[in-house]
Order: sequence, then C-alpha cells, then structure tokens
Amino acid sequence: MTLLSEIWVLMQKDFRLEWRQRAALNGMLLYVSSTVFVCYLSFSSRGGQLPVPAWNALFWIVLLFSAVNAVAKGFLQESRGRMLYYYTVVRPQAVILAKILYNALLLLGLALVAFALYSVVLGNPVQNVGLFVGNVALGAVGFASTLTLVSGIAAKATNSSTLMAVLGFPLMVPMLLLLIKVSKNALDGLEFEASRSSLLTLVALNMIVGAVSYLLFPFLWRS
Amino acid sequence: MKQNWWKALTVVLLLYVSVAGLLLPVPRLAILNETIRNLYFHVPMWFGMTFILAASVYYSVRYLRTPTPALDIRAHEAARTGILMGFVGLATGSIWAKYTWGEWWTNDPKLNGAAIAMLIYGAYLVLRSSFTDEQQRARVSAIYNIFAFATAMPLFYILPRLTDSLHPGAGGNPAFAKYDLDSNMRLVFYPAVIGWTLLAFWLAQLASRVSLLKLKVYEKQLA
Repeated sequence: MTLLSEIWVLMQKDFRLEWRQRAALNGMLLYVSSTVFVCYLSFSSRGGQLPVPAWNALFWIVLLFSAVNAVAKGFLQESRGRMLYYYTVVRPQAVILAKILYNALLLLGLALVAFALYSVVLGNPVQNVGLFVGNVALGAVGFASTLTLVSGIAAKATNSSTLMAVLGFPLMVPMLLLLIKVSKNALDGLEFEASRSSLLTLVALNMIVGAVSYLLFPFLWRS
Repeated sequence: MKQNWWKALTVVLLLYVSVAGLLLPVPRLAILNETIRNLYFHVPMWFGMTFILAASVYYSVRYLRTPTPALDIRAHEAARTGILMGFVGLATGSIWAKYTWGEWWTNDPKLNGAAIAMLIYGAYLVLRSSFTDEQQRARVSAIYNIFAFATAMPLFYILPRLTDSLHPGAGGNPAFAKYDLDSNMRLVFYPAVIGWTLLAFWLAQLASRVSLLKLKVYEKQLA
C-alpha cells in the first residue's frame, strides 16, 4: 500500500470507530456546549453583551480546552495490542498523519459547533466571517498537529492526563497568540492585507510542527 | 586533556567582560544611562541559551540514532543549563526593566515569549521525572526536546518581530546596533557573547561528567 492509501484507511477506521461508539463524540459536543453555556451564564450578570476582545479571548479558551480534551484520547484509547497490530501492517508516518488529519477534522467540526452555539448565546460580533472561519480552520490544523504528538508522548508516561496539559499548553501558545491576533482582525472587519503576515507565519508554524511530528513519531512508536 | 584552551579563553573573556563592561565608556542616552551596560550580561544569556539548547537538540537527535545513556545525559544537562541561562536572562532583564520602565515585568511579547519558553522547558523536566523506565524516559524526552525546540524558537525569533514591543530591537525601538556605532560597545559585546556561551558549554560539560560518574557508581553498586 502507498502512504496515502494507508492514511486513508486509518482515517476511515478512526471515523468509523468514532461513529460506532458515539459516547465519546457526544461527550465532546456536550463538553463544548456546556463550556459555552457556562461562559454565557457567568457573563450574563454584566447584561449579556461582551466586549469584543473578551468575546475573542473566551472563544479561543473554549476551543483550547475542548481541543486538549478531544485530542487527549487520541492515543490513550489505543490499546497496546492494537498499536502492535498497526506496527505490523502500516508504516508509522501513516499513523501520525492519519491521526493529525482526523483530529484536525474533528476539531474543525467541534470549533464550528462551538462558534454556532457561541454566536447564538453570546452574540456574533464577527465582521469578516470568511477570514474568521479560515482562521479557525488553520487553528484546528495547528492544534491537531501539536496535540497529536503530545498525546502520543503523554500516553507513554505514567500521569498522562496532567502531562497532556503541562506539555500541550505552553507549546500551543505561539500558535494561539497568532490565532487570537488574526481573529481580532476578523472581528474588527479589517481587510485581508492586515492579517496576511500573521496568517503566513501561522501556516509556516503548522508546517514546522507537522514536519517535526512526521519525523519524530517513528521513534516514539518503537518503544 | 589538551583541549582545554577554550576554558582558559572563557575565563579570560569573562574577566575582561566584567572589568571592561563596567569600566569602559558607554554612550550617554536618556533614560538608559548606565543601565545600557546590561547589554553585556542580559543579551549574551539568550545567545548562550539558544546555543546550548541547540546542542541539547543535537544530542537528542544523536540519541535517537544510537541510544546510549551518555548521550541522554548530555542532552539533559545541556537543556538544564539552557534553562539556567534563561532564568538568569529573565532576572537580568527584570532588574533592568525596573530601572528603565519602572516595572519588574511588563506585558510585552518578548518577555512573555521568554516566559513561555521557560514553561515549555519546565515541562521537559516534568516529563523526564514521570517515567520509571530509563530507556523510555530517554527516548520520549529526546523526542519532546526536539519538538519543544522547534516550537519554542519562533517565540524568541519570529513572534516578537510581528508585534509592537517596548523591548529594544523591536517595534521601532532602536536595538544596540543603532545607538552604539561608536565601536566601544562592540569591543565588549562580542567577547561577552562568546564568553557566556562558552561558559554555558563548560557548565553543561561539568554537569554531564558528574551525572556520568554517578551513573558509573550506581552501576558498580548494582554489579
């Protein structure tokens, strides 16, 4: 099999698994919605309407936490036996790329649901929706590529759930700063030119992280 | 043992830096005044940190190719020395900021980037301590070390350049290259960078020798 077809098969398997045991998927959706609702309730004493920077910051914090939760189970749920089985049939690069792509799509779905819910309860001050959604998509890919390898690392250690947060959060900060900046531009309705350099840096950062994961995962896998 | 010339060089350079750095004339600038001498101590820390962390990544890569405990120890001690340099850099910067900006800490991209990088490497130490199996610890922390370097370096060298900053050398504030074209400062600054970097390598070398000896003693006790 070529690398691409291996990735395709592994992704199909992940989606099918997710669909069959819907508990996890529903859990994530509920997690996102209850977080959004808690935010809404905690700010409702202020009269409901959030200032734009706070709206933005809160949105990304909701996404950050749901991303960590959603991706954390990526490698933790794979049993040792199943990993051994993969080891015999596919190459490691396919496993990591399939996981990254799968997580990216999952996070994108979650982020769009969060965005929809968020705008329903907290209002939608976004003026440039295209840029905002594109930025969210880049964020989903970036979070997925950073967190997938981190979850692989954390799965090897003893206290995985703490490690996931400790390792993941600081690593995501560079990306998060850029994302928040671009999304602020989209909220204020600035034209594309204003956020071009940040977007390019974001793409470059995603590529660095993706490439490093691709190179490192075979070593992680072996142990 | 004939290769100790660089240690003598370190001693000479750092003695020169601490005497000449405090005594040679510096340009008189408003607000900065004598605090400009911090350039000889604060900035080289970051140079030293970058080089020693790069060395740590080098050892980690070598470890992944040929796993031996010695390479793991070298990577670990280099990373620890890098963290030490980072903390000294933060401290010298903080003291300087108190006298020029009037605050120990300001909300500045460069400062925050440095702090986050320290968190990333703090997570490296936490990760190391959460394994019981030595080989697995060495392998996984080598992987994380490479990944961390790839995400931490943009924090230092890319992100601050995209945003406005109070810090010299960013956001239109002059860096040292602009205000001291009288070459007096360069006469001290370049030796300072070399001296502190060499000191970092010396420290890392000593620390890894101690760890290697400890490992040897431990193995002897087991035998």
